[in-house]
Amino acid sequence: MTDTAAHEFWRGARKALPAILSACPFGALFGALAVDNGLSISEAMLMSATVFAGASQMVGIELFGQKVQPWLIVLSIFAVNFRMVLYSASIARHIAHFSRAQKAFGLFLLTDPHYAETERRADATGRVRFPWFLGYGIGLYVPWQIATALGAVFAGLIGNPAAIGLDVLLPIYFLSLVMGFRQRRNWLPVVATASVVSVLALKVVGSPWHVSIGAVVGMVLAACLPLPAEEKDSAISKDHRN
Amino acid sequence: MGSGTMNATFGYVPVILLAALATYATRIGGYLIVRRFERLPPRLMAALDAVPAAVLSTLVAPALITGGRDAAIAIVVAFLAGFRLAPVPMLLLGWAVVMGLRQIGF
Repeated sequence: MTDTAAHEFWRGARKALPAILSACPFGALFGALAVDNGLSISEAMLMSATVFAGASQMVGIELFGQKVQPWLIVLSIFAVNFRMVLYSASIARHIAHFSRAQKAFGLFLLTDPHYAETERRADATGRVRFPWFLGYGIGLYVPWQIATALGAVFAGLIGNPAAIGLDVLLPIYFLSLVMGFRQRRNWLPVVATASVVSVLALKVVGSPWHVSIGAVVGMVLAACLPLPAEEKDSAISKDHRN
Repeated sequence: MGSGTMNATFGYVPVILLAALATYATRIGGYLIVRRFERLPPRLMAALDAVPAAVLSTLVAPALITGGRDAAIAIVVAFLAGFRLAPVPMLLLGWAVVMGLRQIGF
C-alpha cells in the first residue's frame, strides 16, 4: 500500500464512525441474544464473522430459538439480506475498475451504511477507490466482531430477559429498520399489508410461514400499485445503467 | 415443525455457514446480474424496492399479539416516535416504556 492508499483507507475507516456507534450496541445485543437463544459464544462470533449483516443475524437467532427447520432459517436470512442484491447492482458502476479479487472481497464487507456512503462518495469525488471502500468495510467489520464477543461473553450476566426489557428490543429494533425505509414509495401500504397479513398468517398457518406469506403479499402489492412517472425516486433504483 | 436446527456433532455451524454463503450471494448477486441485463422490469423493481419494509414488518407485527400488552404499547409508541427519532433513541424510548409499564405492574 502506498502512502496515498493508506491515507484513503483511514479516511474510509473514519467515515464509518457514526455507523460503528449505532451498530455496536446491536452487535453486543446480538451476541447476548444469540447465547440466550442457545448458541455458544464461538458460534455467535462465527456468525458475526461470516454473515456480518446485523438484521439478518437477529432474524437467524430468533428462528434458531424457535427451532425452525435449517433451510427455512437460511432462506429467511437470504430474504432479509435480499436488499443487498439491489445495493451491489446499484454500486456496480462505481466499483467496475476494482480487480476481480478486490470486488470479491470488497463486496463481502457490504452493509447498509457502507452502500449509502459509497453512493455519497461517488457523488462527491466522482470515483470510489478500493482502499477507501476497504477502509470503510474493515472499519465497521472489526468493531462489530468485538461488540459481538463482548455481548456473548457478558450474556451470562443477564438473567431473565423480560425483567430488564430485553424482549422488546428486538421487535423495536426491526421496527426502527422499517422506519428507515419510510421515504420509499408505497411504504405505508406495504408495511400495513405485510403486518396484517403476517398476523393473520401466524394465526391461520403458523410460524415461521407468516414471515414469507406477509412479505410476499407486501411485495405483490407494491408491484401492483401504480408505478412512478419517472422511476428514479427511491434511493436504490436511482442507478443509471452504464 | 418436526426436526430442530441442532446437529449433534456440529451444532449450529453448518446452518451459520450456509447463511453466510446465502448472504454473500446477495452481496455479489446484484453486481453479477446488472452486468448481464440491460434493466429489470419496473414492476419487479417495485417489488424488490418493497422487500425491506415487507420482510421486516412481518418480524414486528406478530409481537403486537404475542408479546403481551405492555410490549404492544411500547411498540406502538416507538412506531409513532420513529417518525421523529433516530433508531437508537427510538429503541431507548420503547425500552423505557415497557420497563415503566412493568414497574407500575401494568
